[in-house]
Amino acid sequence: MPLVETTERGLYCRAGDFYVDPWSPVDRALITHSHSDHLRWGSKRYLTAAPNVPVLRARVGPVDVEGLPYGESQTVGGVQVSFHPAGHVLGSAQVRIERGGEVCVVSGDYKTQPDPTCASFEAVRCHHFITEATFALPIYRWPRTADVMQDFDTWWQANAAEGRTSVVCAYALGKAQRVLAELAAEHGPILVHGALQRILPLYEAAGVRLPTTAHASALSVRAAGGKALVIAPPSVLGSAWLRKFGPVSTALCSGWMRVRGTRRRRGVDRGFILSDHADWPGLCESVAATGAEEVWVTHGYTEPFARYLSEERRLNAVPIETRFTGETADEAATEAEDATDVVPAEVAAGEVP
Amino acid sequence: MRRFAQLFRDLDRTTRTSEKTAHLVRYFGEAAPADAAWALYLLTGRKLKRLIKTRALREWAAETAGVPLWLLERSYEAVGDLGETLAWILPPPESAVDQSLAAVIEQRIQPLAEASPAQQARIVREAWRVFGEYERLVFHKLIAGEFRVGVAQTLVVRALAEAVGVPAPTMAHRLAGDWQPTAEMYERLVAGDAAADDPARPYPFFLAYALEEPCRTLGEPHEWQAEWKWDGIRGQALRRGETTALWSRGEELVTERFPELQPVLDALPSGTVLDGEILAWRDDRPLPFAALQKRIGRKTVTPRILKEAPTAFQSYDVLEYEGIDQRERPLVERRALLEQIVAQVAQPRLRLSPIVPFGSWDELEQQYARARAEQVEGLMLKQRDAPYGVGRRRGPWWKWKAEPYSIDAVLLYAQSGHGKRAGLYTDYTFGVWDMRRLVPVAKAYSGLTDEEIREVDAFIRAHTLDKFGPVREVEPRLVFELHFEGIQVSSRHKAGIAVRFPRMHRWRRDKPPAEADSLETLVSLAGLHREQLHPRISRQAMLFDLGGDLDDGPTGTAADSLDQEAEAPRS
Ligand SMILES: [Zn+2]
Ligand SMILES: [Zn+2]
Repeated sequence: MPLVETTERGLYCRAGDFYVDPWSPVDRALITHSHSDHLRWGSKRYLTAAPNVPVLRARVGPVDVEGLPYGESQTVGGVQVSFHPAGHVLGSAQVRIERGGEVCVVSGDYKTQPDPTCASFEAVRCHHFITEATFALPIYRWPRTADVMQDFDTWWQANAAEGRTSVVCAYALGKAQRVLAELAAEHGPILVHGALQRILPLYEAAGVRLPTTAHASALSVRAAGGKALVIAPPSVLGSAWLRKFGPVSTALCSGWMRVRGTRRRRGVDRGFILSDHADWPGLCESVAATGAEEVWVTHGYTEPFARYLSEERRLNAVPIETRFTGETADEAATEAEDATDVVPAEVAAGEVP
Repeated sequence: MRRFAQLFRDLDRTTRTSEKTAHLVRYFGEAAPADAAWALYLLTGRKLKRLIKTRALREWAAETAGVPLWLLERSYEAVGDLGETLAWILPPPESAVDQSLAAVIEQRIQPLAEASPAQQARIVREAWRVFGEYERLVFHKLIAGEFRVGVAQTLVVRALAEAVGVPAPTMAHRLAGDWQPTAEMYERLVAGDAAADDPARPYPFFLAYALEEPCRTLGEPHEWQAEWKWDGIRGQALRRGETTALWSRGEELVTERFPELQPVLDALPSGTVLDGEILAWRDDRPLPFAALQKRIGRKTVTPRILKEAPTAFQSYDVLEYEGIDQRERPLVERRALLEQIVAQVAQPRLRLSPIVPFGSWDELEQQYARARAEQVEGLMLKQRDAPYGVGRRRGPWWKWKAEPYSIDAVLLYAQSGHGKRAGLYTDYTFGVWDMRRLVPVAKAYSGLTDEEIREVDAFIRAHTLDKFGPVREVEPRLVFELHFEGIQVSSRHKAGIAVRFPRMHRWRRDKPPAEADSLETLVSLAGLHREQLHPRISRQAMLFDLGGDLDDGPTGTAADSLDQEAEAPRS
């Protein structure tokens, strides 16, 4: 019998009697990271990587959660489990499950590019690898972060010179902090949307160095005379919130910005190719590095990636069903924006129902 | 090439005119003459021939990138632009070489025309080895003959004029007509040696904006001249010394396509340039645009065509007389001169666009109501004391288009869009009732908001009946009000008719498909009789039922292509 199986509620390990990133409440949930398509509120007990504990609490409230330092293992039911850095966002991990020498790794979301805001991805050898496939087409090949940020810097500088506020849209958890951490220079004040502001202290507590920011409001933005950089979740595009700021230039930071048509469709002035997911070479290399012969593919371009791995890499690869399709080009705005889409408001505010 | 690729990227990613202009001015300020000449050639919409079959290109790219062909195709589906798909899919260049744009075109691209397939493969692979991402993107678009940038020609001309310090109208005039992109040409252009001007060079056309306010907002009626808006090909007839030329608005030399107009050109006094419309004209009346359209695509003009659809030059204006530019003179004076020239030339195929008389705006509105009956597209309003301008400008000229035709039709087929609309079903085929069946009558892809497109797209995915390649047959449930400009008999279409410039006016969520219009209604709108189409209907219908002529459904009318906006390239 395989170590994990797919069920109505998501990936289940029978031998350990737990779920990984379950879609609905269960008794015991192992969590890869705190994005809303992986972390759902309502399970009885949570186990996750230690650096993810504060992030998880911030998103689903004061639940019963235990943190395990990266690389340390614990016995759960009849299996050994451990968490290994996935390089995706702060606290993200791959879940390694072992029983009598048989190893299965659930990647969660991961990226292989370096990111100053979280621990770097580590390939874990295993027999059975469950990989994500958000950007599993060969057109997705990320440029060097330094080059993207150079471009970003030029954009901000040009806007500041013209008195046009630079508004950059990025996920509130992960991407926004990465943008902050990677800024080449500052050309004015950095103002952040409320959804992000709630998350920044978690990074501070985790020892991630970020530039000083202030709250973005009509007043603070206008006071900066067009020199400010505003960081906000993608949902603000086209909203009334944005219209209060006077002239702006908008940008999106996302892997989807690789395709020109997507940027145009989203109606932003600039698209910066910056992703928290692995690109095509990253995915292929990571799968190879695990040495796994059995590969399950989830999230995104599952079908072409599984076919490629089967036909071209001679692996036993299949796409698996997920209730969440992960991040897609048009939904890029909706994933994991803030805790409110996962948790009832009173829970997010700290009250246990 | 790197600098030009950067310009392409800069222009591609901004929608602000001021930024586009700034990028262009900077480019022309920096570029070497040979590069600037090529850039100008490409940016003003002149195309290289398609030199490579895209099929071959896909295969080489898949091989170079080490991905199977099906995965490349799958990626293309996601991107919607082949040149772009290939550019992103290829591995990073081995050693970057920055060659000038002119060198790339002349040494790498043009030799493809004479090369064997094996040599072509070698040239393309070598280019991939040294080009970066955006250089590849531009390269792919050039060799596939589909390079396009979202920037208006007038903007390019203005930016160039600004960069080199020549007045914009002068620059527009120098750029009109045929020229070869060479360093010498560019230097002449910039220096402005008038003596070197090409004797066949036309003037840039002056174009009108559509009138959206009521005509009475234009002020005093006596300050305006009205003419019918003719449905033909805008053109310039020119003679300077021994040189004669007939230019179309696309700035194509079409002299040889219309041999029956040669006597008109020959009879013009030397140093004359007339602005007007080439119309199919027989028995003292204009023929529908379709008659003229038959002649557009043809290189050879047969006696039969000449007999069926002979043309005339309907003149509007005089731009040059006795070798002197007349464009600064007021319209009243130019019109008087034009009448004099037409009378003096006395050629039956040189006609004078009649002035539509009116004494008040009410009278003009009555004239306007007659437009459809006169077989014209509406009215043109021109200010009597205005000079002849350059490009499209608001103010002196207005076109007042006749009300469009309107029908309610049912969505039958859908095809996904390209470029900006890649991955969405945006190109639709619509049908109307004929007895108890729906027959396709029009293809349209414009007029819906992005929101509506997404909604229709979701409907299509959930209600697909069948798939034919990229085309989906959809449950006939959605009704749209379509607008279009004309209806013509067509044997190429299953319904026996074709409509011109169809677009979606609005989504009739309130209408069930049973209440959509019928073919009968369309036929009567066109002022035709059912018998005029009947035989075609049955024959075409049979073909269709046998699965034969799918073409006339989803791919639409030839007239469609005239209505395409310069959007992203179609691969
Ligand atoms: Zn995630
Ligand atoms: Zn995810």
